Amino acid sequence: MRPSVFVFAVVLALPLQGRAAYPDRPITMIVPFAAGGPTDVVARIVGESMSRTLGQQIVVENVAGAGGTTGVTRAAQATADGYTIVMGHMGTHGAAPAVYPDLKYDPAKSFAPIGMAAGTPILVVAKKSFPAKDFKEFVAYVKANSEKLNEAHAGVGSVSFTTCALFNSLVGAKPTRVVYRGTGPALNDLVSGQVDYMCDQIVNLVPQIQAGSIRAYAIALPQRSSALPDVPTTKEGGLPEYQVSAWNALFAPKGTPPDVLKKLSGALTKALADEGTRKRLLDLGADLSDKAAQTPEGLAKLVDSEVARWNKVLKTVAMKEPAQPPK
Amino acid sequence: MSELLGHLSLGFSVAFTLSNLGLCFVGCLVGTLIGVLPGIGPIATITMLLPVTFGLPPIGALIMLAGIYYGAQYGGSTTAILVNIPGEVTSVVTTIDGHQMARQGRAGAALGIAAIGSFFAGTVATLTIAALAVPLTKVALLFGPAEYASLMTAGLAFAVVLARGSIAKSIAMVFLGLLLSTVGQDLETGADRMSFGVSSLSDGFDFAVLAMGLFGFAEVMRNLTVEQARDVVHARIGRLLPTGAEFRQSAGPIARGTLLGAILGILPGNGAVLGPFASYALEKKIGRDPKRFGRGAIEGVAGPEAANNAGAQTSFIPLLTLGIPPNAVMALMVGAMTIHGIVPGPLVMTRNASLFWGVIASMWLGNLMLLVINLPLIGLWVRLLKVPYRLLYPAIVIVCCVGIYSVNNSPGDVALTAVVALLGYAASRLGFESAPLLLGFVLGRLLEENLRRALAISRGDLSIFVHRPVSAWLLFTGLVVLVVAVLPSIRSRREEVFVE
Repeated sequence: MRPSVFVFAVVLALPLQGRAAYPDRPITMIVPFAAGGPTDVVARIVGESMSRTLGQQIVVENVAGAGGTTGVTRAAQATADGYTIVMGHMGTHGAAPAVYPDLKYDPAKSFAPIGMAAGTPILVVAKKSFPAKDFKEFVAYVKANSEKLNEAHAGVGSVSFTTCALFNSLVGAKPTRVVYRGTGPALNDLVSGQVDYMCDQIVNLVPQIQAGSIRAYAIALPQRSSALPDVPTTKEGGLPEYQVSAWNALFAPKGTPPDVLKKLSGALTKALADEGTRKRLLDLGADLSDKAAQTPEGLAKLVDSEVARWNKVLKTVAMKEPAQPPK
Repeated sequence: MSELLGHLSLGFSVAFTLSNLGLCFVGCLVGTLIGVLPGIGPIATITMLLPVTFGLPPIGALIMLAGIYYGAQYGGSTTAILVNIPGEVTSVVTTIDGHQMARQGRAGAALGIAAIGSFFAGTVATLTIAALAVPLTKVALLFGPAEYASLMTAGLAFAVVLARGSIAKSIAMVFLGLLLSTVGQDLETGADRMSFGVSSLSDGFDFAVLAMGLFGFAEVMRNLTVEQARDVVHARIGRLLPTGAEFRQSAGPIARGTLLGAILGILPGNGAVLGPFASYALEKKIGRDPKRFGRGAIEGVAGPEAANNAGAQTSFIPLLTLGIPPNAVMALMVGAMTIHGIVPGPLVMTRNASLFWGVIASMWLGNLMLLVINLPLIGLWVRLLKVPYRLLYPAIVIVCCVGIYSVNNSPGDVALTAVVALLGYAASRLGFESAPLLLGFVLGRLLEENLRRALAISRGDLSIFVHRPVSAWLLFTGLVVLVVAVLPSIRSRREEVFVE
């Protein structure tokens, strides 16, 4: 039985009991990506801690499809009672309006923000035989030879697609963008040297970097990550404009009662202050430094600025680039 | 060698605890059950059970999830043999001869040889992983987009060999399958293709929809139209185990299937799906009497089943040695490991040696358990065939509907299956077979993606496929298969012409 069916059954079992104290039944957390992905892992770790605070199970339901927008659309249309929340991320609540013209929700207007859970830093990585010894050389090489280079990404609208579009536009590079179905296959071809470079979330890359099967050139954060202390920041490498994080944040449908939102946001804050939860997230390379965005107000600001930024990057540069040079 | 023994004894010492043995058993049992039920695949099950594993230690969780995966691979063949419905992509081939055997009252032999062949293949594959996982990883890295495109092209040639009847018709079905695989979102641009605005089509056809429609529903309709066929299956039950002669016939196919499946399973780009097809094609080609195939040849069950299970095991190699998941189920495994705080990668083998070798040892134990679970079940399954058709058919239809619905929780998928079933029924009345269509469908998406990737990397230069040696060899193999398969039929056609 799927979690949704279970929740539905519980709903039927409790018809109109009047408003008991929230929450009096399990809460569904929609994760708009497949189980096991970076967002799913963050959602499950945070959800487990929040369940303890709220005294009700948080059931993760994976609703994947269309770059996460399928699941987020479902959340936007759910009853705004606090029993359906969604783990949105930089793609679904930042880049999506630029990538999907027929989007059925508005990242800002259809949701009440709860707070940011964790950011996952973005790394610029290349095949191990890439002819550059540091990030400066890498940028210079990409600039000079971009037409000969192949950059791998995990599909239109994915984190690797959008963050590398930003990198390419900042550097002024026009590589051939080779598309894969997910990060795994893309990484496989980077390890074997079929493609030259990619940008992706740190969670996916750490083991390969530590084993030396790919090279990490820079991390797009203001300070180095404790998971990879040897990898310099983009600022150190001379490209301070390249600051990007695949943030994951909790949202409730617009119209969720304020007292419910307050409880949810309090539970999230408590989860992020909990030593055990923090350690599990930090071990994965997650970034918990953006304290401002952990509040509903801060998250609302972040969504506005991200939508504006990706709209600019993706509409002006990346989407106009043909995926393959016409021959 | 002593190092290998040391590793294996470490592995067995980890796997041989009461709780790990129990988890392995539970995984295999659940896997077998969901494999038997059409539609509900390992992905959905592992997703559902993921939260259950949170309370377990990582090694136990992984052992259980792995058990579900290869248990499902095995369970799928039971449905394929008994009621002609392939539960998994890899059991499509088993329907061809397996179900014919069931109709002849040899369901027990078919199920038995599938279990024994799978066990043998699993044992060999586990040993291969233990001894050669690291060097074999290099093979996986030899394969880039160009090689995959060529591999899939060569794979399409198997369709010709799969054909029971007309070769032209089976080629037509392969192309129909290829066309169906292009429905849905374009990976490169994100644009919808041929979905006609139907939102449930924008992610493409689901394998379950096609398999249930073409095999499950269409099979029921077919049987209802043929009066005398109704009593064929449950007339005789026959032996529950293969005869000595059948064992001797199956030994070669099992060995060859194991080898083929193990090799294809290593490839991270879902090469494992080709294993059973390749094995069937090989057995039919080298068989003394190819005409027996498609009419209940036990070799046509033994080889592909061995290939299937060997591939299921060796597909763990890229995951365990590289940390790169070769398919959707393995991607879930990565997630499961990550949630437990172990990020899979090239270093897992040294840093988490007991986990690594424990999982490998549990694979062999799991195979043993599958044998123990399944051999006694054969009697039960075979008795299922005795159920009168007026009860069995509605049950098949209901189980199929529930299975399809559970894939995406979508009623639209069930309706779509009904449409596919009508087409499948019409096709089978006209003498077109469904297995080549499914082969084309499964390979189509992989072929298209890799072809476009290869051409993007080569900037549109087609010579990339012949300049890269592995790719050139694969294309050449495909060509040889095609020529060898088609020549006799051209010759016989000419003979027929001369006779007239």
